[in-house]
Amino acid sequence: MSKNQEFVKFDKVDKSYDGKVLVVKDLNLDIAEGEFVTMLGPSGSGKTTCLMMLAGFETPTNGEIFLDKNPISNIPPHKRGIGMVFQNYALFPHMTVYENLAFPLRVRKTNKDDIEKKVDKALSMVSLSGFENRMPGQLSGGQQQRVAVARALVFDPQVVLMDEPLGALDKNLRESMQYEIKHIHESIGVTVVYVTHDQSEALTMSNRIAVFNDGKVQQLSSPDKLYEEPVNSFVAEFIGENNTFAGEVTNFQKDQCKVKLLNGSEIIANPISVKSNGDKTTVSLRPERALINTGNKMDNNFKGKIEEVIYHGDHTRVRIDLLGNKEFILKVPNSSANMDIKMGNQINVSWNSHDARALDPK
Amino acid sequence: MSRETKQILTTDGVPLEVSLKKAERKNKIKAFLLVAPLLLFLLITYIFPIGDMLMRSVDDKMVTEMLPKTFKSMEKWDGNEMPPEEVFESFYLDFQMLVEEKRDGRLSTQLNYTKNGFKSILKKLRRKAKNFEEGNYKEQIMAVHKRWADVEYWRAIKRRAPAYTSSKYLKGMDMYKNEEGKIVNVEEDRRIHRILWLRTLEIAFFVTLLCFLMAYPIAHLLATLPMKYSNLLMICVLLPFWTSLLVRTASWMILLQQQGVVNDFFVMIGLVADDNRPEMMYNKTGTYVAMTQILLPFMVLPLYSVMKTISPSLMRAGKSLGGTPFVTFWKVYFPLTIPGIGAGCLLVFILAIGYYITPALVGGASGTLISNQIAFHMKSTLDWSFASAMGLMLLAGVLAIYWIYNKLVGIDNIKLG
Repeated sequence: MSKNQEFVKFDKVDKSYDGKVLVVKDLNLDIAEGEFVTMLGPSGSGKTTCLMMLAGFETPTNGEIFLDKNPISNIPPHKRGIGMVFQNYALFPHMTVYENLAFPLRVRKTNKDDIEKKVDKALSMVSLSGFENRMPGQLSGGQQQRVAVARALVFDPQVVLMDEPLGALDKNLRESMQYEIKHIHESIGVTVVYVTHDQSEALTMSNRIAVFNDGKVQQLSSPDKLYEEPVNSFVAEFIGENNTFAGEVTNFQKDQCKVKLLNGSEIIANPISVKSNGDKTTVSLRPERALINTGNKMDNNFKGKIEEVIYHGDHTRVRIDLLGNKEFILKVPNSSANMDIKMGNQINVSWNSHDARALDPK
Repeated sequence: MSRETKQILTTDGVPLEVSLKKAERKNKIKAFLLVAPLLLFLLITYIFPIGDMLMRSVDDKMVTEMLPKTFKSMEKWDGNEMPPEEVFESFYLDFQMLVEEKRDGRLSTQLNYTKNGFKSILKKLRRKAKNFEEGNYKEQIMAVHKRWADVEYWRAIKRRAPAYTSSKYLKGMDMYKNEEGKIVNVEEDRRIHRILWLRTLEIAFFVTLLCFLMAYPIAHLLATLPMKYSNLLMICVLLPFWTSLLVRTASWMILLQQQGVVNDFFVMIGLVADDNRPEMMYNKTGTYVAMTQILLPFMVLPLYSVMKTISPSLMRAGKSLGGTPFVTFWKVYFPLTIPGIGAGCLLVFILAIGYYITPALVGGASGTLISNQIAFHMKSTLDWSFASAMGLMLLAGVLAIYWIYNKLVGIDNIKLG
């Protein structure tokens, strides 16, 4: 496969709106052709600004953006050939669905028959055939969103940008739309850059996720790597649930270290971003990696007191006061062996040191 | 369900419909009482005056009542030859009655409207009639003045017989009913009203156009600028709106007169020679400038309120889909502002068509409008029925424009705020 690995390339891009604060700092990001990349982050993290720079509605303060190896900073938005789906759909309210879809083709002076064929194809792709003559106002939110997606794809753009397109939909619809967009991406192989603050959306849909915070990409990797191997405590905290212990490294080795916690006890952890003894660190542990009543098979074994029990059907969430952390969460599978989980009981909790990642201090 | 289905009863056995009406009656009365003052106000200040105007404009009872016997005896007269003795006799009797009641002056004014020359011959008749002998009034009256022997003058009297007349409306369009009862145009050099109507339409049209051209970018700026600038701009738009109309017009007089600020400035920058200052007031230019400025807010505000609702992402969407900025504006933004354009244009046009103070002050002879003519007849000639007729024609014109607008754009497409 000779796919261009740097189809979209952000090269040392800075962006500032007021000349005082950098909204995007030294951004370097490569997106391969046909890839589905999600920019994920809290609001104000600069992800939408990046999207707007790529679309051409904002200019980078410094650095350059390349599309298929061509710098595009000086190309106006309408010449970039980038499709875009907006948060509030941005369908033209005075045009029918057909006219909305035909708009990008008409401005490109496509001939009438081709327009009809392409619009038909795009509408059937989002299973909205037969809705040509409806006005956008007569469609439900989900249908409007599908029209917006079809409109962004109908002129065969090289890249499609999606700016929180599912934000206004209810939960069920959002989930089915996630799959739909994912399937459309897989079937036509267009490069998609997707912006969201919803991590489950990002994990479901993307090939790779760029986690943004404070104007920087914190980590760019595949969904599973992002969840299993976060490289810093922001990512660990932002993606999924996370138990943390703050402490100081005492016994640093290459693949293992001891961390002395604030209450004096020591745990064994996997050194990720700590370098030597005395480093401050936050140890991150996924709730499902901590088990109860396993005997002494794992290298971390501690006793905690159950503070709260929340029944979830297939599993039970248990909040434990463990090693000075009163917010330690456990997910216990629902089985007859675990019937003694009651508030106030003492419980044995253990985990492998490999899963406890010693990251940068918060 | 068929009508035979059993009537639904409440638990007390009263039909549900009756019970419902009873329960809602109180609310209905309350609601009506709340609206009643406004209804009364509208009735007294709007519906009645317009009705009165309508009556006044077609009312011709005055002459009918002054010459009751004459018109009765004239019914049989075909108007081809001189009327018979009978007519002369009843006219003499009617006239004597009017002289006694000292109302003959009014008659002569009214008849003079219909045909010039009545005033003097009625005066003469009054003098001579004192010495009339009984019988053979035809001879005696015809002897008073040769015009009394002219059948045209008797036809003119007969024309005033109906209690209602359309003559005021015809006059408003520079037309009249001639002796044969045909509607014809007045001579070319006396057609003043048509010029005024056309000028009114022309000025209203161009003022609307100018307002639109200036207001569109302003409204767009207002709708897109950040709040702190747009508020300031909004005040700039509204400040003149809050100033008295008279003050604004007067300030335009200061600016536009030959020794005024604008002319001084032109001379200063060498655009015009000092001894050749252009006249910018007391002509159409003055009317255009002042009216455009005064009516501008009425265009800006509806446009602004519509533009405010247009999401900026629509323009972005248009551009990202490949539309050049102009195409995107023309295909996406502009169509969405049409409700505002419609509202603004209708508002400005209707206000401009009936504008009075500004053209009266800065318009001069060539810049006055039909409303100035109406005022002239209200105040100077006291021909209120003619003023009413022209007022109603103006109203009809406005309604016609409204109707056309409704056909073209649809009135429910209008957005004022």
